[in-house]
Amino acid sequence: MKTESVLLLAIGLIFGMVAVVYWAFSYEDAGFLLLIGTCFLGLLPGLYYYYWYRRTGARPEDRDDAEIADGAGVVDAFPDSSIWPFLIGMGAFLCLLAFVFGYWLAFPGIALVVSAVTGATAESRRGGNV
Amino acid sequence: MTDVVNPALAGTGTGLPHVTDDHAETGHEAHGPTGILKWLTSTDHKVIGLSYMITSLVMFYLAGIMALVIRAQLATPGGALNLSFAQYNTLFTMHGSLMLYLFAGPFAFGGLANYIVPLQVGAPDMAFPRLNALSYWLYLTGSITMMLGFVTASGAAQFGWVAYPPLSNAANSPGAGADLWIMALVLTGFSAIFTGVNLVSTIFYLRAPGMTMFRMPIFTWNMLVTAILILIAFPVLTGALVMLFCDRHFGTHIYTVAGCHIAGHPGLPAACGVPVLYQHLFWFFGHPEVYILALPFFGIVTEVIPVFSRKPVFGYKGMVFATLSIAALSTGVWAHHMFTTGVVLLPFFSLLSLLIAVPTGIKFFNWIGTMWGGQILFNTPMLFSLGFLFAFLMGGVTGVMLASPPIDFFTHDTYFVVAHFHQVLFGTAVFAGFAGLYYWYPKMFGRMLRDGLGKWHFWLTFIGFWLTFMPQYYVGLQGMPRRVAVYPSNLGWEVWNQLSTVGAFMIGLGFFLLLVNFVVSWRNPIPAGDNPWDAQTLEWYTTSPPPHHNYTHLPPIRSERPTWDANHPDARTIRHGPHANGNAKGNGKPPPGGNGSSGGAGDEVPVG
Repeated sequence: MKTESVLLLAIGLIFGMVAVVYWAFSYEDAGFLLLIGTCFLGLLPGLYYYYWYRRTGARPEDRDDAEIADGAGVVDAFPDSSIWPFLIGMGAFLCLLAFVFGYWLAFPGIALVVSAVTGATAESRRGGNV
Repeated sequence: MTDVVNPALAGTGTGLPHVTDDHAETGHEAHGPTGILKWLTSTDHKVIGLSYMITSLVMFYLAGIMALVIRAQLATPGGALNLSFAQYNTLFTMHGSLMLYLFAGPFAFGGLANYIVPLQVGAPDMAFPRLNALSYWLYLTGSITMMLGFVTASGAAQFGWVAYPPLSNAANSPGAGADLWIMALVLTGFSAIFTGVNLVSTIFYLRAPGMTMFRMPIFTWNMLVTAILILIAFPVLTGALVMLFCDRHFGTHIYTVAGCHIAGHPGLPAACGVPVLYQHLFWFFGHPEVYILALPFFGIVTEVIPVFSRKPVFGYKGMVFATLSIAALSTGVWAHHMFTTGVVLLPFFSLLSLLIAVPTGIKFFNWIGTMWGGQILFNTPMLFSLGFLFAFLMGGVTGVMLASPPIDFFTHDTYFVVAHFHQVLFGTAVFAGFAGLYYWYPKMFGRMLRDGLGKWHFWLTFIGFWLTFMPQYYVGLQGMPRRVAVYPSNLGWEVWNQLSTVGAFMIGLGFFLLLVNFVVSWRNPIPAGDNPWDAQTLEWYTTSPPPHHNYTHLPPIRSERPTWDANHPDARTIRHGPHANGNAKGNGKPPPGGNGSSGGAGDEVPVG
């Protein structure tokens, strides 16, 4: 995880420096704030990854000499299929169309999003299809 | 829900299964629901990747038809099709929007990356499969939302693909079509952000043992950098569009100065809207977006060229650092699109824009270095990759010219910029994109596309490309403005526009042949085998198409070319570190049950 954290920290440092230089020469607010935002987008996850790298050390996927068997065990649990992402997407679709065609569309849209997020959460916690 | 055990274990003789359900080796098409329900509910990255690719190709063909109508209109100065200005504005707006927002990006980071990246890093799926499925549905509904503009009374959006205010405000662009365009980009923006999160998480957390960051294929590296660029750029676009919508409908004055004044002092400027703020926000998205649309395609040709040169990629780490440099620089050059506004720091943006040529030049050097001394095979994927090199080089050189403010002032809003822009994006998204399609199609479907038809497709596209866009440089330098439905007949522009139109229809014919190729491949399949190109990276180790959760075995990963190492245990391979060519257990031999198939022509050229 060291390379990952260094990559993200480098983004933060580079854009921090670019932001300072840009502000010093331009006094332009919008670009300066966008560059500062980009700086934090690198620094925050970069520090998080570095913290975990210091705590856990190198993982099998970080080591040149890792044996295949070093990755033994369950990788993760993956759903085979789920209807809920489709329903969340349709709900979001209706919600945004409500801004164009009329706010009445927001009612079925919100109902779909809320019920589908609930279903996806339950499915994720229980496993299997809910 | 399936618990997935590391598939590598099966390859080392431990005998452990890697997927604990009954359908592990039956192929993704046979797992879970079938028929329409499969496409609605699947969380398999391969099914979602194919859904992205099919949808984005539909958008590509629709946008291509719009381009042909535009070129037909411009074949004569007065407009051969007699389109109204409103119709013409709609056509170029929707052509650009479909190509940029709904084809090029989604095809690469929604389609190819979704399908290929988990395979290349040895992962069973994307890190968040449900989020991945949601990304696709947001993309599809966003695409439908944009196209719905055509069936509204006011027609689809007409303000260009950038939607600058005040042109895009409620007074100048009334109607539902413009609102639908904004909402479509909000939906597809969230889709892209979710995909970016998914790609970064997959690459950081789901790599196979031994697949270190500096053993990842260049395509995966480029997709990682692209995903980070997406996370930097797309939230800014979404925020800018939400504010634009508020200006249009909720009475805010974020981008407009109309009606703003300090009470009692109507002549004084007030602390209200700034139209050029939209340009800052848009291009802070828009220029990284150009590289979001370019870096994945750089990755594709970096996969294709070594395979068809029978060599490892030349300068692997140079390629990675060049990609990182391009991404960093691209985020600091947004205002080179705003030189003529007069309110940007010209030296800063000009210098950073010129600097991008350096890492891009390194990439060109490495691509040529990879081919140098190789046994080059001119199959269709390689031809499209070579086409990309020529096209992108021309687009890049004119990009360096446009990075110079005096030249930009002279050519701004002329056809010179149109030609530059299309040579960059056609070079990447089309030449390199279809190189990737021809290259990975056998992996996705287990059957080959016809090479002969592919070569016809390439040559028609390649010749048509130059015929279309080179005349546009000339008429641009002569002063022909872009976004005009008619032009004067006494300036000598007609013949150049007619050449351009002929070229566009040649490209159209080429892409008709691609459809023919799909049909032929589907009706009379030629089995591809697992690794028809004798390719090098990990995705070619599994079956074609891959099984559910991708791998039943994994080879030892001792370089960035594990499949090559497994299939050519005696070949002299490049070393990366002290454990590059095997150790006590990872001895480079194909594991029992591994594919072991090479089947390609030619042998590796010795390194060094």
